[in-house]
Amino acid sequence: MPAGDDIPLLLAVPALPFAGFLLNAAFGRRLGGRAAGLVACVAVGLSALLSFALALLLFAHPPAPGASHALTASLGDWIRAGSLRVGFDLALDPLSALMICVVTGVGFLIHLYSLGYMAEDASQPRYFAYLNLFVGMMLVLVLAGNLGLMFLGWEGVGLCSYLLIGFWFSDAAKAAAGLKAFLVNRIGDAGFLLAAAAAWHASGTLEIPGLSKASLGASLPLVCLGLLLGVCGKSAQIPLYTWLPDAMAGPTPVSALIHAATMVTAGVYLLCRTAGLYLACPFMMHAVAAVGLATALGAGLVACAQTDIKKVLAYSTVSQLGFMVLACGAGAFTGAMFHLVTHACFKACLFLCAGSVIHALGGEQDLSRMGGLRKAMPWTHAAFAASVLAICGVPPFSGFFSKDAILWGVLRGAGPAAWGLGLLAAGVTGYYMTRLYALAFHSSDRTSGHAHEAPWIMTGPVAALGALALLAGALDPHVPGMHLYSWLPGVLALPASAGAAPALPEAAAMAMAIAASVAGMGLAWSRFARAERVAPASALAAEGFGVDRFWRAALVDPLRRGAEALWFWVDCILIDGAMVEAPALVLRGVGQLARAAQRGKASASLACLLLGALLVLWLLGAAP
Amino acid sequence: MRLGLDPLTFLILCPLAAAAAVALLGRRPTLARAAALLASLVELWGVGERLAELPVGGWMSWEVRRAWLPDWGASWHLGADGLSLMLIAATALLVPLVILGSWTQVKERVAPFHACLLVLEAALVGTFVARDLLCFFVFWEAVLIPMYFLIGIWGGAGRMAAAVKFVVYTAVGSLLMLVAIVAVAHRGGEWDFDMARAAAEPMALPAQRWAFLAFALAFAIKVPLFPFHTWLPQAHVEAPTGGSVLLAGVLLKMGVYGFLRIAWPLCPAAAAAAAPWLGALAVCGILYGALMALAQDDLKKLVAYSSVSHLGYCILGLASGTPAGAAGAAFLMLSHAVTTGALFFLVGMAYERTHTRKVGDFGGIATAAPRFACAFGVIAMASVGVPGLCGFAGEFPVLAGAWAARPLWAVGAALGVILGAVYLLGAFQRMMFGPVRLPGGLSGLAGGHFPDLAAREVMVLAPLAALALALGLYPSLVMDRLGPCVAAIGR
Repeated sequence: MPAGDDIPLLLAVPALPFAGFLLNAAFGRRLGGRAAGLVACVAVGLSALLSFALALLLFAHPPAPGASHALTASLGDWIRAGSLRVGFDLALDPLSALMICVVTGVGFLIHLYSLGYMAEDASQPRYFAYLNLFVGMMLVLVLAGNLGLMFLGWEGVGLCSYLLIGFWFSDAAKAAAGLKAFLVNRIGDAGFLLAAAAAWHASGTLEIPGLSKASLGASLPLVCLGLLLGVCGKSAQIPLYTWLPDAMAGPTPVSALIHAATMVTAGVYLLCRTAGLYLACPFMMHAVAAVGLATALGAGLVACAQTDIKKVLAYSTVSQLGFMVLACGAGAFTGAMFHLVTHACFKACLFLCAGSVIHALGGEQDLSRMGGLRKAMPWTHAAFAASVLAICGVPPFSGFFSKDAILWGVLRGAGPAAWGLGLLAAGVTGYYMTRLYALAFHSSDRTSGHAHEAPWIMTGPVAALGALALLAGALDPHVPGMHLYSWLPGVLALPASAGAAPALPEAAAMAMAIAASVAGMGLAWSRFARAERVAPASALAAEGFGVDRFWRAALVDPLRRGAEALWFWVDCILIDGAMVEAPALVLRGVGQLARAAQRGKASASLACLLLGALLVLWLLGAAP
Repeated sequence: MRLGLDPLTFLILCPLAAAAAVALLGRRPTLARAAALLASLVELWGVGERLAELPVGGWMSWEVRRAWLPDWGASWHLGADGLSLMLIAATALLVPLVILGSWTQVKERVAPFHACLLVLEAALVGTFVARDLLCFFVFWEAVLIPMYFLIGIWGGAGRMAAAVKFVVYTAVGSLLMLVAIVAVAHRGGEWDFDMARAAAEPMALPAQRWAFLAFALAFAIKVPLFPFHTWLPQAHVEAPTGGSVLLAGVLLKMGVYGFLRIAWPLCPAAAAAAAPWLGALAVCGILYGALMALAQDDLKKLVAYSSVSHLGYCILGLASGTPAGAAGAAFLMLSHAVTTGALFFLVGMAYERTHTRKVGDFGGIATAAPRFACAFGVIAMASVGVPGLCGFAGEFPVLAGAWAARPLWAVGAALGVILGAVYLLGAFQRMMFGPVRLPGGLSGLAGGHFPDLAAREVMVLAPLAALALALGLYPSLVMDRLGPCVAAIGR
């Protein structure tokens, strides 16, 4: 537990959404859909107000430079076994304060939007109960003061993701997508658990501030590796990203909240939270950067070939998360957090706009049956356009500042090669996002003609997020009075100056980044702005370079077939048959022979007697 | 209330006396059920009183010692610490739930069925409170008899073969244990079956090794530890629901309890030497049991094999030789009693409705019976170790302890965590979600009819689901009373 002031009110931040969950779980059906939704919104809204108030309280008393500073609250011990101790300890430092503001703020807007989006659904109480549970678990994740409690949130959000992806469970494919998400995440979770076990064994504590190179010793690389596996699962990085595109089976507000703005960024948050460990282990930093770069580029290319509006956004999320992970690997942790915040705003906005479009077109998600929607849906169009400009990195939209912070950090921390590939990924981002925008809102009208603007309860949150997509760049360090960078280093234990002297001046690097994005955007605009139809793209890219098929052929099918073979040959034949039943059969056979001898005819008995006597005499005679 | 008996003797005699009374109600099935339920509730009340008195730390309490066979050094010596009492509590909770759960499932020979249950309860309680090796052995063996009848009379089509296999397999282990007990008790020409004294003066190492081997085999069969497990799936598949619940919920724990209470304290040096072997077998069992569960289409067999995997974690916790691992193992015993008990109840309820247990026969139950699906979901999540529910609070200390002993063990156990979700949630998925597809016909019900949980069934499942949550959120309540009892295992 970091030294800090105890403030029990902090417990209310996650407790409020949990209360909303309990209320809706117990009485939701009696309350009815509308009331259940309001309960959920109020719970998250109050939690958001409290979060912002606590964050202001924290920021009003900035710590001494380099010092760790936190508001804390504790509910006592959760698990106590031997010397292993996991406390219900929450800690609010600048890093987690930033996160709870994002989680509750964006979460609240998406809750409001859901009131409209899910209005027709019969299972609203269940939906809002899960949504509240998710927000509560996410808050536990980010506020946790130790790895054990963080794992409670970590798996808790995974559980909610599972439940919400498969929310419409009577569709077997949707339910299967939920299971896939849970199982793939479990692989990452196993890594997290092992890292926690290793950290405990080496240092005797799970408290995050207590973990350092000194306390972990030789276990440091293993801890970093295990946590990285967890990051790959939760933040959908290569090789574990395949669950996220499938996760689009869930209701669209869920995709916005869980699979764009908050849960999937938990991995990036974890990297920042444990930045001190990674910085002490340069090899793992390279691994993190490599994973992030490969994901940013690979997923971006796949996004260019998707024809489902949500799939484009899903691969785009994977790619942007790759940027954040790349930033962590290059040591630009503040840049990663900055991009996490702006991405939460513009990607949530993009998803909610996509939801409005899908809603307006009666469930249509295929880009080949959209087009020209800017006239029918002006508000949605404006917000979507602002977010596209933001994600592409056009100044002065928010994404420009955060992506620039990342690329500049990569150039300084990971070298020009990684930076060049990052530029390429930025160009690809410009391409696929402009393609998406053009195919949905421009190009020829391929809809059946009933599109209409969404109700105000949906456009309101969309407009708010659109405004944030424009303005969130104000968190940039170049803006006077913005302390994001000066607050975070104390928490992140960053060295004073990260990396070597850059090969380029900052302005030149920035200009090249803008040029790369604009080139990608221009190319896409020229190809799709007036498109009549959506041409089929590369089949290989469309199915994600066959990664899914690879896992199925290499792991999923052999596992099941192997288990069946193992059961038949080893369990039934070898262990139960040869080692258990066979000796029993032999014993029974001997018994039956003996019994036959005992109750046979007199002649047989006599024969046995004589044979026995002969045997005894022979043995006697043969003995020396 | 206790008729002048000391608390622990009362806890043994109460169900035994009730069994005798219930056995006489052969012609009045409903009365027999009600009487058995009442008796089991009295027992639960008695256990609850002891739980309330149990000090934090769980030290040995309510000790009583009377002469039994003075010439042989055997006495009626009982006592309960946190470990014993928690297992008794699991027993005393599951028995009334079994009676309630079997209310409509057992229709023939009702009175003898309930008499068997109560005798079983008495024998189980006796096993967990015995502080004298001969006493322990008598109760250990006494457990076999009612269980044999429960499987052999009220079981499925292959019940006789399963019952015989169960008894013979376990009896082989018991025989080895008896030899070891005699070896431990007969020293210097004197007989003394007292556990505490045997633990205070362990034997010389060579003898200890042999005794540990015999004990370990007996307990490994009961646990069951891979590769001594093949009696288990067969027994579970054939046993009636109530039998399966008690078999998985409590009987298997006798094996782990034996390791904790007898094999380890009586042969400490040999146990320390054997720990690497046990740990390796436990990891094999975790992975092997999970793979076997993955290969099953019969839901009951799947849950049975999952027990092999889960009990592997218990043994791994012991073998880690760390206080954290041992406490986690002890906690997992309770967690497993709650989750697997509930899973067998759920399997039984699905079977009662459809007369099939094949996972592939079901689909879309969540639409037809949302409460059933919800209960199954909560229990399944607890079973796969989602934190906040009971499984995790035991699994994590075991994993941490395993890492401390040998990191490779922890890696194996973590793989088991993944596989656990694959087989159980995979089956959950296929049964609960997708379009409604329900077997009918055989049950006499209309095809596609799957009534949701009745009030009686809710009464069976609700306490278990509530416990799964309570133990998951506040495990210290139990852990503080369990941990110190097993900490001696730690180095």
